[in-house]
Amino acid sequence: MPDQTHQHQATASVEARTDAIEAAFHERGMEPANFIREFKHLAEEEWVPENGARVVAKAWTDPAFRERLFANGREAVTELGLSMPPHHRHLVVLENTPNVHNVICCTLCSCTAFSIIGLPPDWYKDLEYRARVVRQSRTVLKEMGLDLPADMEIRVWDTTADTRYMVLPVRPEGTEGWSEEKLAGLVTKDAMIGVSRL
Amino acid sequence: MDGMHDLGGKQGFGRVRYSLRAQTFHEPWEKRVNALYSLAVKLGIFNMDEYRHAIERMEPRHYLSASYYERSLTSLATLCVEKGILTQEELERRAQGAFPLALPSAPGRTNVATRETLKVGDKVTVKSHHVHGHVRMPGYIRGKSGVVVGVSPPYPFPDAHGHGIEAEHEPTYDVRFDARDLWSDAADPAFVHVGVFESYLERAK
Repeated sequence: MPDQTHQHQATASVEARTDAIEAAFHERGMEPANFIREFKHLAEEEWVPENGARVVAKAWTDPAFRERLFANGREAVTELGLSMPPHHRHLVVLENTPNVHNVICCTLCSCTAFSIIGLPPDWYKDLEYRARVVRQSRTVLKEMGLDLPADMEIRVWDTTADTRYMVLPVRPEGTEGWSEEKLAGLVTKDAMIGVSRL
Repeated sequence: MDGMHDLGGKQGFGRVRYSLRAQTFHEPWEKRVNALYSLAVKLGIFNMDEYRHAIERMEPRHYLSASYYERSLTSLATLCVEKGILTQEELERRAQGAFPLALPSAPGRTNVATRETLKVGDKVTVKSHHVHGHVRMPGYIRGKSGVVVGVSPPYPFPDAHGHGIEAEHEPTYDVRFDARDLWSDAADPAFVHVGVFESYLERAK
């Protein structure tokens, strides 16, 4: 007879493990279903890159706002009705220029200013991006479709603390006189992470 | 801890699996896991530093083979068990299978006694600390020197906060490093900026 007590139990699926925790929380009166509903709303409707796009468009068109944004990003975004979670105590806005390119990452986990630029894309949280972008920035960006000129200075920002970063892209040429709303339509999450330029 | 999660500068990884307009979530359970650990944080069961540390404590083979949200799930379950909210037996009975957890924590630490207020322009060196518990100093800057380019408001000190230890809040300094100082000629030329807690830094000699 095999020793039943030492048989390895197969690992439950991730869905079954998630169900187990949700059911246990429910039984303890923690009302997980309500919170999951609220969270889905936040993730799908509130924490979207259109927020950051509005910030960028305003910075392109309103020099005084731009200065306030550089001085205190967290406070400046509230002018647009945006907010950051309490533990994100500082927002640093990184200005791209024709000669400087900024790109953000989190080598230790997946930190981002998600309420402003949107929740991080899958590749941002993958091992490859986290391991490589700090050390092989130019190569990685080129592989991702952004081939920077050799004389462009690259600045990588590793989000290791609760300071959050977003990239302010260069305003594209030929957009003089555009409304903020039309300009915001040009701005992508990837541009605010810094893996593309507009 | 010098864990598997500390990936910055590790070699051997291939191309980033990049796509335009990439999604954050791919399966419905992933959103539920994210919500459930957020709920636990909201209810004060654990904080974000404890959450991050429980991911770091995953057995390295499990860490590397798990998806991002399986790591979240493992941290959530580990902390609920460690805090006495649930037991692993209950979870395994409900899940009808094994529910692997992270490995136990080593002790944390409080602020470093010898720390000083720094300002933009100061030249600094990252102390050669090897910390057993939670720490937010990526290994690739240990012992390296750079220049302060930004100062944050004070934050909870992660080495303590991740272990429920009382500590003073500390600012972090955005320190600019030259990638070639970090990895000599085996790096693309660039400036690499890291948010470094005051306890991890000293003035460059």
